[in-house]
Amino acid sequence: MQNIRILTEGDSSLLVEFGKEISPEINRKIAATVKLLKEQHIEGIVDMIPTYCALLINYDPRVLSYAEIEERVRGLVKVETKAGTQRKRVFEIPVCYGGEYGPDIANIAEHAGLSEEEVIAIHSSRDYLIYMLGFLPGFTYLGGLDERIHTPRLANPRLKINAGSVGIGGSQTGIYPLDSPGGWQLMGMTPVRTYDPERETPILVEAGDYIRFVPIDEAEYRRIKDLVERGEYECVVREREV
Amino acid sequence: MGIRVLKGGMLTTVQDLGRTGYQSQGFSVAGVMDVRSFKIANLLLDNPENEAVLEFTLIGPTLEFTSATIIAITGGDFQPTINGDPAPMYTAIYVNKGDILKFGSARTGSRGYVAFSSYLEIPVVMGSRCTNMKSSLGGFKGRKLQAGDYMNFRIKRRYLPFFLSRRLELDEFDQMDVELRVVMGPQDDMFSKQGIDTFLNSEYTVTSEFDRMGCRLEGPFIAPKEKSDIISDGIAFGAIQVPSHGKPIVLLSDRQTTGGYAKIATVASVDIPKLVQRKTDHKIRFRAISVQEAQRLYLEEIKELDDMRRKIHQPCREVLECRLVAKRLRTLFE
Repeated sequence: MQNIRILTEGDSSLLVEFGKEISPEINRKIAATVKLLKEQHIEGIVDMIPTYCALLINYDPRVLSYAEIEERVRGLVKVETKAGTQRKRVFEIPVCYGGEYGPDIANIAEHAGLSEEEVIAIHSSRDYLIYMLGFLPGFTYLGGLDERIHTPRLANPRLKINAGSVGIGGSQTGIYPLDSPGGWQLMGMTPVRTYDPERETPILVEAGDYIRFVPIDEAEYRRIKDLVERGEYECVVREREV
Repeated sequence: MGIRVLKGGMLTTVQDLGRTGYQSQGFSVAGVMDVRSFKIANLLLDNPENEAVLEFTLIGPTLEFTSATIIAITGGDFQPTINGDPAPMYTAIYVNKGDILKFGSARTGSRGYVAFSSYLEIPVVMGSRCTNMKSSLGGFKGRKLQAGDYMNFRIKRRYLPFFLSRRLELDEFDQMDVELRVVMGPQDDMFSKQGIDTFLNSEYTVTSEFDRMGCRLEGPFIAPKEKSDIISDGIAFGAIQVPSHGKPIVLLSDRQTTGGYAKIATVASVDIPKLVQRKTDHKIRFRAISVQEAQRLYLEEIKELDDMRRKIHQPCREVLECRLVAKRLRTLFE
């Protein structure tokens, strides 16, 4: 992969730019680099923020000078990851669509000129790549929403959207990890907590993982919600080849 | 065994060096704004480098001690008093049970710090005691302090060796204008030569939109080559975004983890305290230095802090002289 640039972001961070477009290939390369860096346990690396097409590395200049970290990172990004042999993790997120759980599903259906059932079928028929997390703890930026159900945001954003709400905002879809204001069209609700500060891993997913929405009915929603509240629910994770 | 908050002040929070390691999941680092003042407060008490302190903003809190401890106050001058008498800053001070520590408004600077030798009993959440207000996480119930709040101490620690030596020179915060050294990048190539010249040769003014998330500056328009939007990427402490309105925004402790505006430069770590201690209408100028120079300054400051630590671990000269006098007197009496 050419065009990788290593840039300074102050005296304690370095930005690795892998490209200037949103693409699964670039994002996969970043996820692979993060994995490599974690495996190497490089002393002095404090934190990493992988995004669509760049990776910000925070480091401690007491341990690593700019020249040292630049050289190590340059060596690492040269390592080609073999495409095709990679496996992806797909998190199955159960969603109760429509009704009081998804008050805007009619808007989405009307905008798309489809029935609500068709909207649900389209939304739950593919694996969405998590390009990055940001904005709120555990908020996922997902790629790959079917163009047929792209829907403009609400003209008047809601002051409060409940945690677990699943919605569409323009060409994006995602899950609200905690109560928050927002303008997305809400189509359903998951009983799964994608963010739980009390859990050992507060955030379920990582950049580079995939999410698949699985339609459930109200009874199943309540059953899973009960399990979640008792701390007994384990999210279904499937491994597939990329 | 702790402190009771009688008045919360404007914005008083429990902070340490921040919650790192979770930015990839969308968690802001938070942590203290003025790292230097924070480190000096802790080192005056031989506290661990990352021990939690209280950070207060513009108007400080009033605290009542329900047990004796030793404290150190650093940062801007909030005119602190203990039971009405002026309390020295950058000095280890004993406080007794029932003492009332009162801070006024910031005479100089805009942020103050108080550290405790008995350590605040605040649960560690994801590796840190700092308050992330946006996510209601960590610190005291995830929020700023208010009247009636009560925090325990974790330990009893009311003795420190070389107690009288534990005072340092005050940092100055009364400048109205400061020069901030910056490392250019990562997206300085998105600005025209004229834009870069404007950025480095103009005076910018601190606006009232200045909080723990960031500081918006007013001043000459910094021209991009074409546009200033980027595909969102990670943001470092002190990074300077220039959105399409052409005015710089310096991102600080409570910054969001990612952002979609080009970052023209990043403030050198050693100069971030100078910025966060400014007030509305203060003036800022930027000067570019190399990353190597910024790192050299950073290491130099670490050395300076080490020297401070050594200095407060030497017998106090006045005490030595007293001993000398006593010795001489003794021979007379004998």
